[in-house]
Amino acid sequence: MRFLPAGHHGLLVECDDLAEVMQLHRALVHNRPAGVVDLVPAARTVLLTFDGSTSHARLAATVEGTDLATLADVAQAREVTIEVTYDGEDLAEVAELTGIPASEVVRRHQAAPHTVAFTGFSPGFAYIAGGDPRLSVPRRATPRTRVPAGSVALAGGFTGLYPREGPGGWQLIGRTVAPLWDLDREPPALLTPGTRVRFTEARR
Amino acid sequence: MIEVLRSGLLTTVQDLGRPGLAHLGVGRSGAADRPSLRLANRLVGNAEDDAALEITFGGLAVRFERATTVALAGAPCAVEVDGRCRDLHAPVAVAAGQTLEVGMPSRGVRTYLAVRGGLAVTPVLGARATDLLAHLGPRRLREGDRLTFGPAVGQIPGVDVAPVAALPVAPVLRVSPGPRADWFTADALDSLRTSRFEVTGQSDRVGVRLSGPVLRRSRTEELPSEGLVEGAVQVPPDGQPVIFLADHPVTGGYPVIAVVHPHDLPLVAQARPGQQVRFTLEPGLL
Repeated sequence: MRFLPAGHHGLLVECDDLAEVMQLHRALVHNRPAGVVDLVPAARTVLLTFDGSTSHARLAATVEGTDLATLADVAQAREVTIEVTYDGEDLAEVAELTGIPASEVVRRHQAAPHTVAFTGFSPGFAYIAGGDPRLSVPRRATPRTRVPAGSVALAGGFTGLYPREGPGGWQLIGRTVAPLWDLDREPPALLTPGTRVRFTEARR
Repeated sequence: MIEVLRSGLLTTVQDLGRPGLAHLGVGRSGAADRPSLRLANRLVGNAEDDAALEITFGGLAVRFERATTVALAGAPCAVEVDGRCRDLHAPVAVAAGQTLEVGMPSRGVRTYLAVRGGLAVTPVLGARATDLLAHLGPRRLREGDRLTFGPAVGQIPGVDVAPVAALPVAPVLRVSPGPRADWFTADALDSLRTSRFEVTGQSDRVGVRLSGPVLRRSRTEELPSEGLVEGAVQVPPDGQPVIFLADHPVTGGYPVIAVVHPHDLPLVAQARPGQQVRFTLEPGLL
């Protein structure tokens, strides 16, 4: 773990890998240090933003003293099942990139247990980790200017679900009608860091 | 009730934003120049976090159906009530039926208009701020919009004009290095410290884009996306820095060389295309 300053009110904690990020984030949510305003987990880091009541040094000491191992077992994660219609425009390309037939890509995507690692990019957009490592594909060379809402996509070892229409560079493998973002719900995001996700094929 | 006669280039409803929701992918947003919003609110007896209008490059005209008190703060500009000049940074009485017009600022970008009682728009996720990147909160103002305000609560302070420092011609921004200063060459940090950068026209509430010497990286591999703070000086592949403002994305995939001191953020929010800015490098924070 490495501590990097991100301005007067920010501490960026660099972790060894995504698993450590998820453990640390879970531990900090469970036992939130005083003065922390926002916790922003990402692929290799957790950003803590804080108010004037604490400091970089104090938070770094707190993070360093956090026991990651024990809490991982205690945490009770929410589980969400997402029904997917696997008819994405890039399914054939994913099959080509991975050397796995399209039907097998679909089977493997459903078979693997997933967990939301972090959010970002846009409200409710979740980076879902833990899928079949063989399904790790790069982003498209040229991003699309318009990806439909509800798109289910792969990139860099993550599955991403697009809560709203917008630009995007991920490989589209399907779509879902799951309500990913609803301002009348608390919280409005269906998928938050730590949520376990299962994908199943939607009935036609 | 106020009626929007002209909305100007870009006028939005802003308060102090929605901190604490980054885990949902929602940034803070709120007024780009927070001290000016706070001051405008204080001058009409509002709570500092009440909703007011953020007017970008003037051009706003509104008509008041009821008599009330308003105040403007931020970028200095001509303010007229039914054709008569009024001061910024002071409580201004407006009679029923009168029209208030806000001219182009002589310096700076954003002027704040607070109305006694605060703007009564429906909060979204606990705030009335318009996040133009995340498409959250009230949409930008349009001609014909009608806005209501809440009940007056606090006392109007007994000041004629609040003393406010003039916006600098060439702002000098204090920055502290990191989190990714070590991804850049020593020359890049020297350039940041010694060069002038020009504010470009591609600047908005997300960030102020600068043009100047290319800030070169010593590490060229891809940086996994990581959390961003307001004031982060991010350097995309073209080497031209961007300083993030209120509507910045929650995470970003390019290295941040330094972060602007929180007290200097209002200067960034008021930096105008064509204007020159400089940086002074402060000691590391960790």
